[in-house]
Amino acid sequence: MSRPCQQGCSGCPSSQKEDPQVLQEKFAVKLTSPEQIVVALAGNPNVGKSTVFNALTGLNQHTGNWPGKTVTNAQGLTRHKNREFILVDLPGTYSLLANSVDEQVARDFLCFGNPQATIVVVDATCLERNLNLVFQVLEITSKVVVCVNLLDEAKRKGLEVNIKTLSQELGVPVVPTVARDGQGLKELMNAVHDVALGIIKTNPQKMTYDQDIEEAIQTIEPKLNNILQGLLDSRWVALRLLDGDHTILQSIYEHLKVDAAHSLERRVTYCHD
Amino acid sequence: MTSWQAIGQIARETKDYQSNNLRDRIVGNIYNKAEALAEKVVNRSQGTVNWDRRIDDVLTSPIWGFPIMMLLLGVVFWLTITGANVPSEMIASVLFWGQDRLTELFMAWGAPAWLHGVLVLGLYRCLAWVVSVMLPPMAIFFPCFTLLEDLGYLPRIAFNLDRFFKKAGAHGKQALTMSMGFGCNAAGIIACRIIESPREKMIAILTNNFVPCNGRFPTLIAVSTIFMGGAAGYAYSSMAAAGTIVLLVLAGIATTLAVSWFLSKTMLKGEPSSFTLELPPYRRPQIGRVIVRSIFDRTLFVLYRAVVVAAPAGALIWILANIMVGGQSIVAHAANWLDPFGRLLGMDGYIMLAFILGLPANEIVLPILIMSYLATGSMLELDSLEALRKLLLDHGWTWLTALNVLLFSLLHFPCATTLLTIRKETNSIKWPVVAFFLTTTVAILVTFITAQGARLLGLV
Repeated sequence: MSRPCQQGCSGCPSSQKEDPQVLQEKFAVKLTSPEQIVVALAGNPNVGKSTVFNALTGLNQHTGNWPGKTVTNAQGLTRHKNREFILVDLPGTYSLLANSVDEQVARDFLCFGNPQATIVVVDATCLERNLNLVFQVLEITSKVVVCVNLLDEAKRKGLEVNIKTLSQELGVPVVPTVARDGQGLKELMNAVHDVALGIIKTNPQKMTYDQDIEEAIQTIEPKLNNILQGLLDSRWVALRLLDGDHTILQSIYEHLKVDAAHSLERRVTYCHD
Repeated sequence: MTSWQAIGQIARETKDYQSNNLRDRIVGNIYNKAEALAEKVVNRSQGTVNWDRRIDDVLTSPIWGFPIMMLLLGVVFWLTITGANVPSEMIASVLFWGQDRLTELFMAWGAPAWLHGVLVLGLYRCLAWVVSVMLPPMAIFFPCFTLLEDLGYLPRIAFNLDRFFKKAGAHGKQALTMSMGFGCNAAGIIACRIIESPREKMIAILTNNFVPCNGRFPTLIAVSTIFMGGAAGYAYSSMAAAGTIVLLVLAGIATTLAVSWFLSKTMLKGEPSSFTLELPPYRRPQIGRVIVRSIFDRTLFVLYRAVVVAAPAGALIWILANIMVGGQSIVAHAANWLDPFGRLLGMDGYIMLAFILGLPANEIVLPILIMSYLATGSMLELDSLEALRKLLLDHGWTWLTALNVLLFSLLHFPCATTLLTIRKETNSIKWPVVAFFLTTTVAILVTFITAQGARLLGLV
């Protein structure tokens, strides 16, 4: 299996480019040319994610299942600024904490599919709940564009979202849309294009946790970094280990074949028993 | 330190932290941050009323939730029944006028009697019945139902029912998969994928059939209109028929809950798991899309399915009804053989035969029944609901027969498509078999008790 460069230096294209073989085997995403850009589409259920997906891809869609899962996998092609983008519509989820198969599928694609950009669609009428997912996505990948959808409904309810402040606070581009009427989709693709190609450098606001949790992370993280060698965000893996989520070890083992992960898993299970 | 030891160290360290409900605190931190940021960037203008919340307070209230739900269902059925009467009669008279012209044509050609029988009296007449009985109610019912769906009312139904499913030891999401079953049970069973726990998923799959699907609604509507409506007198007939169907739907939901409870105490033991049910905002329905979707995706789809199965079935029934063995037709033989059993359940052999032959698609149960009654009876012209009523009365139907047909239709075995879907979804032959016998046993028990109870009490 060919691996991306293991140094993981930020800014180096080879460390951030997805691996075609992994994409096809594990996620059923098939690249027809190396120029194509893979973009993940995440969001809570009922925020108009499918409307965004349909509006961008039109009839160029392909649906199937995620390999080995009974979860629908929808992909579509769209062109923007002479580039071809493969949009991968992730299952609608409230979090990425792997409480369900849907959440696990979404998380694994963000972690191991290495999309060059991720659109998180959020509902302007209940931003608070939707931002939970945004923060969780930002912990995994920094190449994020937030799409604030259903602005018309928010307006009807007397809600106004300050897009500029939101963008500053999150450290990633934020684009307002009314996907049902096609408003803002061009601007959305502009941002996706720029983030994917590194024209816009994002500076995502990372979560900081209670002090004792942070201290725990700091002791674990460097050690994990040795094992993961930049393939995954070690801070994020540390958090998952701390909250007792064993599915991530299984996924690391399956996707990265980091041999150590296997023994790590056994060891963790052993200790917890 | 080797990497092995390092890993052991990590594991031990995570274990130390595990105890202080770390997971909840991690999630809590994220929530607090999201809340603070939302607070900062969202401006709520003064004086705006949160209508969704207000409407939800009524529609999902413990007191008003259920009465409103029943009222809405009742109104939809009432609209369907009242609205469908006239077009049904019109379509029937046109199509049966066509039958006479076809007969004349066959006569003019000098076609043999059997050919005329198979094609006109069998195939064409069965099709004419399917179209005239099913098309008008569907063309009204489906747009109404799609409208409720588009407005966002279905999740509220699920919300109202959630606590009952919990009590029955099933997953709250089953309220959703059950609602899907009103459209099509096969679709409802595919929707059971949303339930993660295998135990609760199986309960949802096995009990999905207890709500009437699109294919069964026309039968329920026709039989209720003819009998329950007819009994109530002309002025209230539509209302009585609509009320009957609402009660049937409630009986279906009650059976779903009772059987789910039974399963979770016996075959599929376990505790119900919890989930978040989001009530999406009410949205202005897109009327054009509602009509297009309900006509194309539902009405024409169901009609097509019915026609495809009904055409050969009509021809087959005619042949079976006209091949004589020992002085009786094959249909009569089969019906006579089934008759004692049918009588026990308050029905007759022909009705049982129609349900059995209707296995490929529930849509054709009533047409098959009419065909086999016609083939053996004296009446040949049948071009209105009134004539249909007379035909059924001539074959000894009472309100009890009608009630048992309604109940049996509601509770009996799933159609072939649904059984195949269960096999596909569970990847085993065992579960479709269980579903078949579970539902049929319930149907037999309920109709047996109803029939014998009514007879014992001297109601018939």
